[in-house]
Amino acid sequence: MAGATTHHDEHHDHKPRGWVRWVYSTNHKDIGTLYLIFAICAGIIGGFLSVMMRWELAEPGIQIFTGLAQMVYGYDAEAALDGGKQMFNVFTTAHALIMIFFMVMPALIGGFANWMIPIMIGAPDMAFPRMNNISFWLLVPALLLLLISLFMPGSTGSYGAGGGWTIYPPLSTSGTPGPAMDFAILALHIAGASSILGAINFITTIFNMRAPGMTLHKMPLFAWSVLITAFLLLLSLPVLGGGITMLLTDRNFGTTFFDPAGGGDPILFQHLFWFFGHPEVYILILPGFGIVSHIVSTFSRKPIFGYLGMAYAMVAIGAVGFVVWAHHMYTTGLSLDTQRYFVFATMVIAVPTGVKIFSWIATMWGGSISMRTPMLWAIGFIFLFTVGGVTGVQLANAGLDRSLHDTYYVVAHFHYVLSLGAVFAIFAAWYYWFPKMFGYMYSPLIARTHFWVTFIGVNLIFFPQHFLGLAGMPRRYIDYPDAYAGWNMVSSIGSYISFVAVFIFLFGIFEAFSKKRVAGANPWGEGATTLEWQLSSPPPYHQWEQLPRIK
Amino acid sequence: MKKVLAAAAAATAVLASGAAWAQQPHPWQMGLQEAATPIMAQIRWFETYTLWFIIPITLLVLVLLAWCMLRFRASANPVPSRTSHNTMIEVIWTVGPVVVLLALAVPSFQLLTAQYSPPEEPTLTLKATANQWNWDYEYQIEDPVSFNSAMLTAEDRAQYGKEDLAVYPRLLAVDNEVVVPVNTTVRVLVTAADVIHAFAMPAFGVKVDAVPGRINETWFNAKKEGLFYGQCSELCGKDHAFMPIAIRVVSEEQYNAWLSAARTDLQGANRALMAAIENNVQVAGN
Repeated sequence: MAGATTHHDEHHDHKPRGWVRWVYSTNHKDIGTLYLIFAICAGIIGGFLSVMMRWELAEPGIQIFTGLAQMVYGYDAEAALDGGKQMFNVFTTAHALIMIFFMVMPALIGGFANWMIPIMIGAPDMAFPRMNNISFWLLVPALLLLLISLFMPGSTGSYGAGGGWTIYPPLSTSGTPGPAMDFAILALHIAGASSILGAINFITTIFNMRAPGMTLHKMPLFAWSVLITAFLLLLSLPVLGGGITMLLTDRNFGTTFFDPAGGGDPILFQHLFWFFGHPEVYILILPGFGIVSHIVSTFSRKPIFGYLGMAYAMVAIGAVGFVVWAHHMYTTGLSLDTQRYFVFATMVIAVPTGVKIFSWIATMWGGSISMRTPMLWAIGFIFLFTVGGVTGVQLANAGLDRSLHDTYYVVAHFHYVLSLGAVFAIFAAWYYWFPKMFGYMYSPLIARTHFWVTFIGVNLIFFPQHFLGLAGMPRRYIDYPDAYAGWNMVSSIGSYISFVAVFIFLFGIFEAFSKKRVAGANPWGEGATTLEWQLSSPPPYHQWEQLPRIK
Repeated sequence: MKKVLAAAAAATAVLASGAAWAQQPHPWQMGLQEAATPIMAQIRWFETYTLWFIIPITLLVLVLLAWCMLRFRASANPVPSRTSHNTMIEVIWTVGPVVVLLALAVPSFQLLTAQYSPPEEPTLTLKATANQWNWDYEYQIEDPVSFNSAMLTAEDRAQYGKEDLAVYPRLLAVDNEVVVPVNTTVRVLVTAADVIHAFAMPAFGVKVDAVPGRINETWFNAKKEGLFYGQCSELCGKDHAFMPIAIRVVSEEQYNAWLSAARTDLQGANRALMAAIENNVQVAGN
C-alpha cells in the first residue's frame, strides 16, 4: 500500500509475437486480458438470451419462442409450441450458467484478479504461470460444450438442457434423457476444474509471493477478497463436481444416487448442489467487495475505514456462507428444527455485510470525493447491493419464504445482488483499471451515459419483479396469468434499455482505442495508493523485477 | 399493450363481481395476495413488519450516500480527513444490526413454528400427486374419492360451464377443482410421480415440494369461502407454467353434498356445486 519504493524495469520487454503470445501465454496480464475478452463475449451471449426471454414475457401468451424454435431447430408448425416451451427453459438455464460461470467469474477472478493481484502484492507473476494458461484455455471448451448442448436432443422431442442452472434430478436425469444434459454437465465439470486450478494459483501466489514487508494485514482488500474467494472455490467446487458426477452415472451407468426407485434421494442432490451453490454466490460477489473498497478509497482520497473489520467481515461472510445452504430448500420438507437453524445462520450473515456497507460510507465520510466514472459505479453498487441485501434478509425467514420461494421475488433479489451488484462491480473495475490495463483513457461522457442507461434499465427490469413475486408469479414461466401483464411489460422495457447500454459500453471501448488518449501512470491522483499505480500504463510486460519494499 | 388493457378490464370486472371471487392476483398488484387462512394472515403481517425495518435501512443508506456525495464533494471539502478508525461507531454498526435481526427473529420463529403446529388434528386428509403436467387428488376417507385436475383449455371452457374469464382465468382455472369445507383443518400429503413439482396456494400461505419417493405434509384451515388459485412452483419441464392448482372452499353442507355425488359422477357434482354457489351469490346480492 502506501509508502512502497518504486521500480521501473521496462528495458527487457521481450514478448512473443503474434498468436503465440496469446495461446501459449504464461503472462498473468495477457491471460487476464484473454479472460476479460472471453467474459465480454459470454456476457453478450447471456444478455442476448435474457432479452429474448423478456421479449417473450412482455405480454401474456406465447409469441416469440414458437417462431424461434421453428427457426433454430426447424420444427414444423405443429411441434413448434412444445418445442418453444422447452426452448424457453433451455434459455433460462443457459442464461444462468453462462452469466455465472462464463461471465462474472471469468471477469472478476480470471480477469481483474489475474491482472491486478500479482501487481498489487508486488509479485512478478502468478505462482504457476503455466497452470494459469490451462485455467483459461479450459474455459473455452467448457463454454463450447454448453453452447453445443443447446442444439443436442434433451427432453423427449426437444433440444437443449432445460432443467435450470440447479439441474435438480429427476428432471435432469429421467426428465432429460437426451445428450444435451451430459454436455451441460461436462461443461460444468471443465469450468469447475478451471476454477479449482485458478483458486490454487491465487492461494499460492497470495500466501508466498507478497513483496517484502507486505504482511497479510497490510495487503490490499482486493487481494483479501480474492484470497477468500479462492478458498471458497477450492472447498465448494469439488462438492459440485462430486454431485454432477453422480448425476452423470445416474444418467448413463444405472446408478441410483438420486433415484428413489433404487434407494436414492432427489433431495440429496439439492443438499450437494447448494453446499456448492451458496458459497458460489459469495464467490461471485466477494471480489466485487474488494474492488469497491479500492474505488471508494481512491475517489474519497481517504484510507479505507476499518480495514481489519473489512477484511475479517469478508472472512466471516465466507465462513458462514458454508453453513447456510439449505435456506434454498425451505419448501423441500426440511424438519422444523432444521429450518430454524438455517433461518438463524442465514440472518447472521447480515451482520458482517452491514459492517461492509457502513464502512464504505464511513470511508466516504469526511473525504474529498470526486465523482469520476468508477466512483459512480461503485456508489451505484453500494446502494443496489443494499436493496438486494435487505430483501435477502426477508427471504432468510423460512416462514415468509414459504410465500416467496420460487417466485419472481427471489429473481428480483438475486438479480439485485448479482446483476446490479456483481455486474456493477465489474463495470466499476473496468472503468477504474481500463487506463491502467490498456494505457488509454476512455471518454467519461460515454462511460457516464453507459452508467445512467444501465442504472435506469436494470432497475426498471428488476424492481417491478418484487411486485410480481409478492403477487405470486412463479419463476421460470414462459406464460403467466393476465393479471401479471402490467409489471411484466415494464420489466421487459427495462431489459431493452439495458441491452442498449451494452452497445454504449462496446462503443466506449471502440472509442477509447481509436482516440488513443494517453492515460498516464496514475490518472486518479493521490487517492490511488495501491502498487499498480506506481507502474506505467500499461504496465511493463514483466513487472517488479526488483521487488518493491513495503514500509 | 392491448393485452395489458384487456387484463385491466378483466380486473375491474373481477372487483365488480364481488369480493368472494377475487382470490387471485390482480393487475398492478404490489403486495401479497389476500389471506384466506390464519397462517397467510400471519405471513402478511410479518411481511409488512419486515418492511418497517428494511425500507428505513435502505433509505438510511441512500441518505448517507447522498449526504457524502454532497457535503464531502472535492470542491466543498478539498482536504480529506485521515480518519480510518472509530471503535465506538464500529461497535454501534455491529450491535445495531444484531438488535434489528433479533427484532425480526422473534416473530419469524413464531410464524415458522405456527406453520408446523396445526391448532387441531386435521379432520380431512387430501393427497396431491403431481405429474408432468397435472395433479391427481385423492380424498383419504373411507371409500376414497380421487380424480385428476388439469389446466382448463380454451376449447373445454364451454363443456365445463367455465366461460367467465374473471372467475376462471386463463392459466389458473382447472377442469376439476379440489373442494374442501370452510373452517376445517385439512392435511395435504404431497408427492410426485415423475419429477419434482411444488404444491403452492398463495392465499393459504402454503408451498411444499412434490418430490418423487417421499411424501411431504402440510395443512391449511381456510376461513373464507371462494375459489383459490395456485401454480406449480418448481421447474418441471416444458409445461411447468401450465399445471395450476385450484381449491374451492365451500360450506360444510355444500361439501358433503358434493362429496357424496362426486363418488359416482364428478362432472355432475361439480356442476351442481357451481350452481349452488351461483344461487348463493345471487341471493347475497339481493
